[in-house]
Amino acid sequence: MEEKISHLPVLRFGEVYKSLDTNDLGKVLKSGARLEVSVANAGIIRRDKLLIEKGRDALRAIPADTLLSYAEKAADIYLDGELPFGIDGETQGVADYVNALSELTGLPHSLCRSNMFKVAAALQNIRAVLAGLTRGLPPELFDNGCARLGDIDMNFYPMADSLGVTLPSNSPGVNSLWLPALVMKTPVFLKPGREDPLTPYRIIQAMIQAGFPKEAFGFYPTTHEGGDAILLSCGRGIVFGSDATVKKYAKYSNIQVHGSGRSKVLIGEDMANEWEKHLDVMVESVSANGGRSCINASSVMVPSHIEEISNAMAKKLAEVEPKSRDDKDALLCGFANADFAKAMDEAIDDALKTPGAVDLTAKYRNGPRLVEKHGQTFLCPTLIACSDPDHPLANTEYMFPFVSVVERPQSEMLDAIGSTLVVSAVTEDEDWMRDLMASSDIDRLNLGSVPTNWVQWEQPHEGNLFEFLYRRRAIQSKALKIA
Amino acid sequence: MTQTKDITNAVDAAKEKLDQYTQDMVQWHFSPETGCPYWLDWAKEADWNPLTEVSGFEDMMRFENFDDEVLRDTDPAQFIPAAFKDKPYNVFETGGTTGMPKQRIGWEDYKVDYSEFSDFYSDDFFPKGANWLMVGPTGPRRLRLAIEHLANVRGGACYFIDLDPRWVKRLIRDGEYDMARKYKEHVVEQAITILKGRNIGCMFTTPTILEALAERISIPQAGIKGVFVGGTTMTPQYVRFLTEEVLEGKVNFAPTYGNTLMGLAISRPLSAEDNYSLTYYAPQPRAVLRIVDPKDSTKGVEYDSYGRVELTTMTKEFFMPRFLERDEAIRRRPCDLFPWDGVGDVRPFESTKKKVIEGVY
Repeated sequence: MEEKISHLPVLRFGEVYKSLDTNDLGKVLKSGARLEVSVANAGIIRRDKLLIEKGRDALRAIPADTLLSYAEKAADIYLDGELPFGIDGETQGVADYVNALSELTGLPHSLCRSNMFKVAAALQNIRAVLAGLTRGLPPELFDNGCARLGDIDMNFYPMADSLGVTLPSNSPGVNSLWLPALVMKTPVFLKPGREDPLTPYRIIQAMIQAGFPKEAFGFYPTTHEGGDAILLSCGRGIVFGSDATVKKYAKYSNIQVHGSGRSKVLIGEDMANEWEKHLDVMVESVSANGGRSCINASSVMVPSHIEEISNAMAKKLAEVEPKSRDDKDALLCGFANADFAKAMDEAIDDALKTPGAVDLTAKYRNGPRLVEKHGQTFLCPTLIACSDPDHPLANTEYMFPFVSVVERPQSEMLDAIGSTLVVSAVTEDEDWMRDLMASSDIDRLNLGSVPTNWVQWEQPHEGNLFEFLYRRRAIQSKALKIA
Repeated sequence: MTQTKDITNAVDAAKEKLDQYTQDMVQWHFSPETGCPYWLDWAKEADWNPLTEVSGFEDMMRFENFDDEVLRDTDPAQFIPAAFKDKPYNVFETGGTTGMPKQRIGWEDYKVDYSEFSDFYSDDFFPKGANWLMVGPTGPRRLRLAIEHLANVRGGACYFIDLDPRWVKRLIRDGEYDMARKYKEHVVEQAITILKGRNIGCMFTTPTILEALAERISIPQAGIKGVFVGGTTMTPQYVRFLTEEVLEGKVNFAPTYGNTLMGLAISRPLSAEDNYSLTYYAPQPRAVLRIVDPKDSTKGVEYDSYGRVELTTMTKEFFMPRFLERDEAIRRRPCDLFPWDGVGDVRPFESTKKKVIEGVY
């Protein structure tokens, strides 16, 4: 009997295109069918880019306010809808999506769902997101390029005819970053991560069903060359990756690179004595979303009490144990590639041979860090207490709940953090808060006892997408009222 | 492809012809009156005698795989057959290697190869009398003279835009991707200038340059009727893309597989059941392609299986037994146009296991 195959195609301006080059992602669907994904050759992307006005025109034809309402509507469709999937009129419901996503990425169902809610919330709260990005300018700005704030007329013009994004597979919630581009009337060219083509495809289908024009979406599972074609041919690009990715694209001012987050919790001297009150914030910062996100803390800096804080955190983290995918309490993710987990485990053990650091979680958890359980490979939460604040593991990030705890005087912390995506600074010391706000090393600053993964919709995350896509121009007119 | 008609007789006849030709070529290259110093010296050291022990192509398995480093380290004069002594010759170099180049000498072989290639295509495919544009490696490459010969035998002239594959390879190796892109643009711009300023009807180029050209102009609207490409891997998807989009379904397309050491293998015209998967046939008997077991290259692989490409070239000018190409391919069945084994979906050897630089050429 012939094996059943569901094929996830390329979308070229929303039109299905089945490539002859494919990736086989295995039997991850509930139907028992194999999931095969089209692989676009780079030339297809470059040629489509030549026709980008098709996507821009389709978005221009719809008022921004209407696009906002479409986004809000898309939230529910994404969460609950039976959406187009495959090329023969097939559809996919949410249960099958969650199951397949878990099979492919190792995320337990509970985290698949929490990531879904994150994406849905970004759609649902799109007006707040947009207001946060534009600092409250009216959405009509995207219809006529002009806005008036108080007595000042402002003219903004698009810097990019399209936004190209090469997405990672580690955390589906990251898709929330590109969503506002569509409301800003910028078509998207998306390269999904190899293990998660499902999420961007499902979001696109939900947005199209909600009313967005299909011509605004390019979905290109592709090769590295194809990823480069997306980033280099679109007017603006966003790429996620390692430090090597950051280095590769650093010279391109039109490409925003999201590398390792190296997010941190800093405990101020004024709060050090009452560290126990903030223990949950520190643990959540490390372990939320399976420790997969760049906004998870990979380091905690304390001015004192390192031994008590490290041990208390290690004990709590060690309680997080591998569970099966469908266990509603599952917090840890399996690794789709077991060799990758083994390599990380070995790298940590190797680094621990350098004196000045110890794996404190080892004494609290039952068994080793690397665990084969429930048909998956897991890395159990790991806390490294560093007596040497310059130890190689003191500022290292891994894709599971991994954190180093370092003791430094508060006055030295800001000089030591290096480039950091999120800092949660637990302090009420106003002088230090001013210093924190002046730091050029911090991308997002949380003040007070809040975890690093905390999201406020009106605050831009990892760079302001509006400022990335639009630029303000001086505009003066004697005769006309501009906005 | 399944054989639609019985071609057993044609296959047997081709095999018989190959066996006789092999015997003739071995006699030529290992006889002191006609052979070259390199192979005559080799025979003195060998513990067997090709002159008496090769009666057909199967006997070529007695030869070890030819080490192409010899073409780098040995003076090309060592490869002059006695029969060609005192006749001026061409020195040709292989494509993208740096350092001391690998060289092959020749007299008329390239003309024979490309006249035969020309005969395969109808007068309309590459219109007779049309001028050609070659955008590809010229310099010390056999290809440069070969394309000009092709244009000439079809009644046209040939214009050239050079592309230096050694420089491209170096740029990619050094991570200078921006410079590589700039170089590609430089080549493409020159080609567009010629296409706009001269009456060109046919073109030879690499797939990547063809693709880049089509991002700037419409190839059929530029007056091109036929395109001949060779150079890099072409997956079925890529062939489909070139056919449907780059050439807009309006330009005749002749993909080939070849190099300085072989000549060129023509691709069987695509049928619907091929689903854009290319199959190339060597210019047998002058060159023979086998798809072999990488662990034991005397053994061929089964039909429709991947194996390493092995090339044997046998002309009066050049003898090279059982050279292992840096490619792998699917062994395909003979067809009525070419009643001997073909090689399908060629790709760099072990490319699924390691990163290979292919570049823009």
